[in-house]
Amino acid sequence: MSASLQYCTFFLDGLFFGVEVQNVQEVICYQEMTRIPLASRAVQGLINLRGQIVAAIDLRHRLELRSRPTDQYPMNVVVRTEEGPISLLVDEIGDVLEIDENLFERSPETLKGVARNLIRGAFKLKDQLLLALDIEQTVNISTHPN
Amino acid sequence: MSELDGIISEFLVESYENLDQLDRDLVTLEKDPRNPQRLASIFRTIHTIKGTCGFLGFSKLESVTHVGENLLSRLRDGLLFLNPEITSALLALMDAVREMLTRIESTGQEGDGNYAQLIATLTRLQEAPQILLAEVEENLSLRDQALAEQVQISEMADESTVVNPSGLLQADEGLPCNQQQADLTPHAEPNSESVTSFSQSPKATQDTTSTGVCESSIRVDVRLLDKLMNLVGELVLARNQILQFTSSQKDTAFISTSQRLNLITTELQESVMKTRMQPIGNIWNRFPRVVRDLATSCRKQVRIEMEGKETELDKTIIEAIKDPLTHIVRNSVDHGIEPPEVRLAKGKPAEGCLYLRAYHEGGQVNIEITDDGAGINAENVKRKALERGLITRDQAERLSDRDCMHLIFLPGFSTAESVTNVSGRGVGMDVVKTNIERIGGTVDIQCQPGKGTTLKIKIPLTLAIIPALIVTCGGDRYAIPQVSLLELVRLEGDQVRQEIELIHGVPVYRLRGNLLPLVYLNKELQVENHRHECVVDALNIVVLQADDRQFGLIVEGICDTEEIVVKPLGKLLKGIMVFAGATIMGDGRVALILDVLGIAQHAGVVSEVRDRSLSELAAKIQDRQNTIHTLLLAGLGLTGRIAIPLSFVARLEEIPTSCVEVADGQEVVQFRGQIMPLIRLSQLLQCNDAIADQDKLQVVVYTANGRSFGLVADHIIDIVETTLDLKPSTRQHGILGSAIIQQRVTDLLDIQGIIRTFDPGFFDTCDVAAPNHV
Repeated sequence: MSASLQYCTFFLDGLFFGVEVQNVQEVICYQEMTRIPLASRAVQGLINLRGQIVAAIDLRHRLELRSRPTDQYPMNVVVRTEEGPISLLVDEIGDVLEIDENLFERSPETLKGVARNLIRGAFKLKDQLLLALDIEQTVNISTHPN
Repeated sequence: MSELDGIISEFLVESYENLDQLDRDLVTLEKDPRNPQRLASIFRTIHTIKGTCGFLGFSKLESVTHVGENLLSRLRDGLLFLNPEITSALLALMDAVREMLTRIESTGQEGDGNYAQLIATLTRLQEAPQILLAEVEENLSLRDQALAEQVQISEMADESTVVNPSGLLQADEGLPCNQQQADLTPHAEPNSESVTSFSQSPKATQDTTSTGVCESSIRVDVRLLDKLMNLVGELVLARNQILQFTSSQKDTAFISTSQRLNLITTELQESVMKTRMQPIGNIWNRFPRVVRDLATSCRKQVRIEMEGKETELDKTIIEAIKDPLTHIVRNSVDHGIEPPEVRLAKGKPAEGCLYLRAYHEGGQVNIEITDDGAGINAENVKRKALERGLITRDQAERLSDRDCMHLIFLPGFSTAESVTNVSGRGVGMDVVKTNIERIGGTVDIQCQPGKGTTLKIKIPLTLAIIPALIVTCGGDRYAIPQVSLLELVRLEGDQVRQEIELIHGVPVYRLRGNLLPLVYLNKELQVENHRHECVVDALNIVVLQADDRQFGLIVEGICDTEEIVVKPLGKLLKGIMVFAGATIMGDGRVALILDVLGIAQHAGVVSEVRDRSLSELAAKIQDRQNTIHTLLLAGLGLTGRIAIPLSFVARLEEIPTSCVEVADGQEVVQFRGQIMPLIRLSQLLQCNDAIADQDKLQVVVYTANGRSFGLVADHIIDIVETTLDLKPSTRQHGILGSAIIQQRVTDLLDIQGIIRTFDPGFFDTCDVAAPNHV
């Protein structure tokens, strides 16, 4: 029997993404953010997570997707990294899915640009593709402003 | 078995402490070898260690300490006399014991080190007849005495390194030793002139730990203290939030209770911080031994003096600076202080002095390490940096001697001709700087060639909870650590326009006579101002201190002062130099903490000398070449073009030729009630295709010190903002150089030079600001 993986899923500009559930610390609703001048534009701000200050990365910007409409408030997917928790800003939260690992296929070589590094590949689900996000690469942003 | 483990770990902790104490005792004893109490105490300590090792079954430890104990017992009883060889052997014994203890700690076993050599040495030293002068005088014949003298002299020759008190006392008693340190007995007058300029204070060699042995104290795991600190930090945050609510409450009982909570929290915070404070003497106490060993191996003589041992620092700071300080001390002995012969030749005392000083000032701990060695040779440093490709030849030429000092902080730098196991691998000073900066401190180095070097380290006292001023800018709140805050200035209405002056485009404010460079926070952060620039009816200037420089930060609004908990920024944001961290405000929102030095550097207020790395310096030099200059372009003749920096132009006038008069052999016009000399530029610069007399003259008026000069050009072309790539002038007087502006070759006028030709004394009485270096 092939192993099954659990993925925490979310939506970004109509695309369906997922990260492995053990990397996710929590998922919470929109939190007020303090912007950080001079930081890379992918970093949208800092949130107060029960007394801990956590940086929030705008995934739309990171993946070079369209900007979020101003009346839409993002949700926070807080992931664990080596330097502590970091929040990923997403449009909507999906379910936690159990996926057969055989359904995974790596990104095609023709995939260019930012997505190349950030998306490990896709799971071929019945009616859609689940894009697997590489957390380590996603949070690895240079500190120079874009 | 766990009970035994507990006993063993207690044994280890106690023994480490005892060994540290023994190190200090032995080095002190060397200077005062007959001190019976000290000898007895050393003996007791070794005896204790021996006893416990025997009980715990560490036979190797036991045998080593047993021999040491025998040796010490003879010393204590006066049968033996302490000399450097014995001291070194005893110190080697300490090291061996430490080695075994470390092995016990990690593996539970003593390990299989071979200490036969050590044991043999210690045994030999017990039995070999040491030349004790008392015995010699009493028992031996003259011939034997001469022999004894000879042996002593050769021993002296071998061990002529550290101050040798035993040698001194024997010298005093008549041996014809040629000892320079003959004056330097432990009982010397504090102000004896043969000593270096630092008077030898007996206090410096006293052991502070000899007092307070019976104070009640308790050992606490450092992790527990850390946890306590964190909890107190959270409590402070919660208290801040409650205080926010009280401002909107009317219930007096609630208000008084929260006030009480406020007071208790503040006291608790202070007390917990104190638990983690340790005197810097804890680190310094190992230096006498380090210096002694190092001086011995380098064949130098170095004395160490300390002032401010009791200055307290937080434990984390102590941990962080332990290694850097050790490295600096080693550097001083290894590179700074010269060998005795060299020092004597220079007229210095053969013994070098290393002076450590620590004190609190302005919310910071200042640590100074001074040596009276050779200082740092700026040329050598530059050469080495060039050799290693750390700077370019261009940069090397621009550097002042003062700036050269900071080259030693570059990674990969070392002037040591040979790599010793002490220093010279070139990995030292940059690591020192990084470690100190990591805890928010600064390092500065000053030296006088031939006289000595001083390293100054400044570290903020408290890391976690600091008082801060909250300001607003662009609608957000920012916290400024109060330790950097000097004062607040508010300008209203007319003052805003009048009191902010521009010097070459840089806004400054006159604060009690001193010019204060101004920095607009919203510009530095590149955020928009919430109020329209034009409608500025009031300005808030926060006067800050960064390093030794002061500057004014212009912010939108000033809120309260608060105690905030500093939380570090994650790796994502660490590179942004203007922010030192973040904090959570009373209302739960996050605010960024400004790094005052970072803002000063970002705004270019602090000079390049203070920059943290030479690469930044190089970048700044590059930037200056790229700065935009505002120039007035004028034409001379049909094709010639000149440029004048706009800062030199007071007015542009069109003057009818008929108004030109002659006075004192010079062409002049009447201008605003003055006689203004005219300088015809086309004549001055020998333009061949000068335009024939025109009806009106285009005059560029330069005014300074109440006097004016008129420079006549043929026509005014434009005012441009451009970068300048200047080819310096070699031939024509009156021109600084040529550049390509608006695709035409243009000469840049040397206004000062031109005016000096006409009136040599013009600038002597001027207090005008120096022109821009182009």
